[in-house]
Amino acid sequence: MAILIDASTSVLIQGITGYQAEFHSQRMLEFGARVLAGTRPGKGGTSVHGVPVFDTVAEAVSETGATASCIFVPAPAAKDAAMEAIAHRLDPVVIITEHVPVHDAVTVMAYARAQGVRVVGPNCPGLASPGGCKMGIMPNHLFREGPVGVVSRSGTLTYEIVAALTRAGIGQSTAVGLGGDPVVGMSFEDALALFGEDGKTEAVVLIGEIGGSAEEAAARHIAAGFSTPVVAYVAGRTAPPGKRMGHAGAVISGSEGTAAGKIEALIAAGATVAELPGQVAGLVKAALGVRL
Amino acid sequence: MKLHEYQAKEIFSRYGIPTQRGIVVSWPEEVESLELRYPVVIKAQVLVGGRGKAGGIKLAADAAEARRHAQAILGMSIKGERVTRLLVAEAAQIEKEYYLAFTLDRMARRFVAIASEAGGIDIEEVARGSPERIVKHHVDPMLGFLPFHAREMASAVGLRGERVTAFAAIAAALYRLAVGEEAELAEINPLALADGTLLAVDAKLILDDSAAFRHGDRPLNEEMTELERAARDAGLSYVELDGELAIIGNGAGLVMSTLDVVAHFGGRPANFLDVGGGATTENMAAAMGIVLRKPGVRALFINIFGGITRCDDIARAVAASPPSVPVAVRLTGTNEEEGRRILQERGIRAFLDPEEAAREAVRLAGSTPWRS
Repeated sequence: MAILIDASTSVLIQGITGYQAEFHSQRMLEFGARVLAGTRPGKGGTSVHGVPVFDTVAEAVSETGATASCIFVPAPAAKDAAMEAIAHRLDPVVIITEHVPVHDAVTVMAYARAQGVRVVGPNCPGLASPGGCKMGIMPNHLFREGPVGVVSRSGTLTYEIVAALTRAGIGQSTAVGLGGDPVVGMSFEDALALFGEDGKTEAVVLIGEIGGSAEEAAARHIAAGFSTPVVAYVAGRTAPPGKRMGHAGAVISGSEGTAAGKIEALIAAGATVAELPGQVAGLVKAALGVRL
Repeated sequence: MKLHEYQAKEIFSRYGIPTQRGIVVSWPEEVESLELRYPVVIKAQVLVGGRGKAGGIKLAADAAEARRHAQAILGMSIKGERVTRLLVAEAAQIEKEYYLAFTLDRMARRFVAIASEAGGIDIEEVARGSPERIVKHHVDPMLGFLPFHAREMASAVGLRGERVTAFAAIAAALYRLAVGEEAELAEINPLALADGTLLAVDAKLILDDSAAFRHGDRPLNEEMTELERAARDAGLSYVELDGELAIIGNGAGLVMSTLDVVAHFGGRPANFLDVGGGATTENMAAAMGIVLRKPGVRALFINIFGGITRCDDIARAVAASPPSVPVAVRLTGTNEEEGRRILQERGIRAFLDPEEAAREAVRLAGSTPWRS
């Protein structure tokens, strides 16, 4: 098993004719994802890599039975695309687009909650369940099927850690990239809850960073009886306050959002925290060993 | 993007939020001829907080005193930010100070209206010390912030009668402003009761940079250093730090962790620079140009995990304009063999392991010896 997406997921790609979407839809197909449809208003009737393109999500869903959407639409139109996917109750809706205005993100998340749809992102690398499905831009060759769930707020740092896991012979159940924006749909707790119910996931790697209090909330979730072992890494120990470190969400304001506070909360909750990204794979091995 | 008080107040007026009459000046001589009623308050226009404690706000009873204060405050440095503008405003006879703001609650994924009868001081201190003095309302974006929400907040901070409607009108206007201008924070502290009416004595606005494409008329500010501005213009994310080891990586999380790994081995990063996803030879050349322009840089560490970004593109940029300081390169991922070959031809060794590369970079920067 895996979480959120697996071999039965039927994927729609919104904005499929764009430069990045066209490239990544091919990679998703190579990963084994069932990409059944794409949309691009004005280009209905065409196709990309053999995938039919529709003008509307409604048409794409009724023609192909797509169940989930991956959004590559540029930021000015991303809100409308997400609302369209949520209106048709595609689930999950994965928003890859970066620089989505925060007021748009707030509206999207409120509508998703009302419709009972799970949104991942925006500004995220997406999801990958090795051996099943991929929605997003994570490089295919990093992954190998296995027992470790990965949930992260960053992109390349996730690739770095997944690659190290795979090199160490440890495969993954699902990797979830939550995104680096101040307002994102899925949270660490949401992903942890799903991993906790997943029979295949035996340990979870949680990759956090400075800014906000998502890691502290994850720590509370772990402390409240999450029994799967968690190995965590938090980036930004040396970041200065008041400066945005690349991600819109990664800024330390006052005493809020520091790496030290997050690491302390995770350790107190019973997670193992790596000091360097290179230590994560070894700690996961130890955690799995204890369980076997 | 943070706005100066005077910029925020211009926007406040457009939305009908009352403020004191005030004029912006850049020279002490300008102060004497202003058509304002004395006493006036003279306020340094800086983006950092705590300007009052730093001596950046003074009251003046007449023109001569105003000029003396203006002379003293202009050119002053507040937490490293030089004062180049003053806001001179008619002083108000304040009876009581309230707090009112709309800000993003990341965990709730909503904007929250916050009001308090303990205005004029740091709201975070109030929240810590006496949270019962703070009233909050999370705004449902599908519903908006309705007039009765505003009246209930006014009533909850202890206002009665006509003052409830006055407060509610300001709160409604501030919400329209927060949505209309796409602010991450719209704050009035203090919202003062003066001469029987409510007015915004201070104004703080942080606008969402991602929404700039919908707001062509936004004012600019000078918060960024020259190199930070050059980086932004080149589409790069750059933050200046204090050390001597320049850093370039791809992906915000990876670069943050690179800074941590460098610090772990005893190095001092000179900057944060994220070339972003899908970096090209041109982006990379621009990135090197920016980080190496900072005075005092002694070595460069390039840490690339290729996904969309191709290692050969990165290597070509390094080979085309070899850095003026010693360089340690870590390349892995898409087209890594080609990338390493290009660098080897130039006599530059490319590492696969990020920690090994970081140790070498720290050694090259000649900082304090690394811990093993």
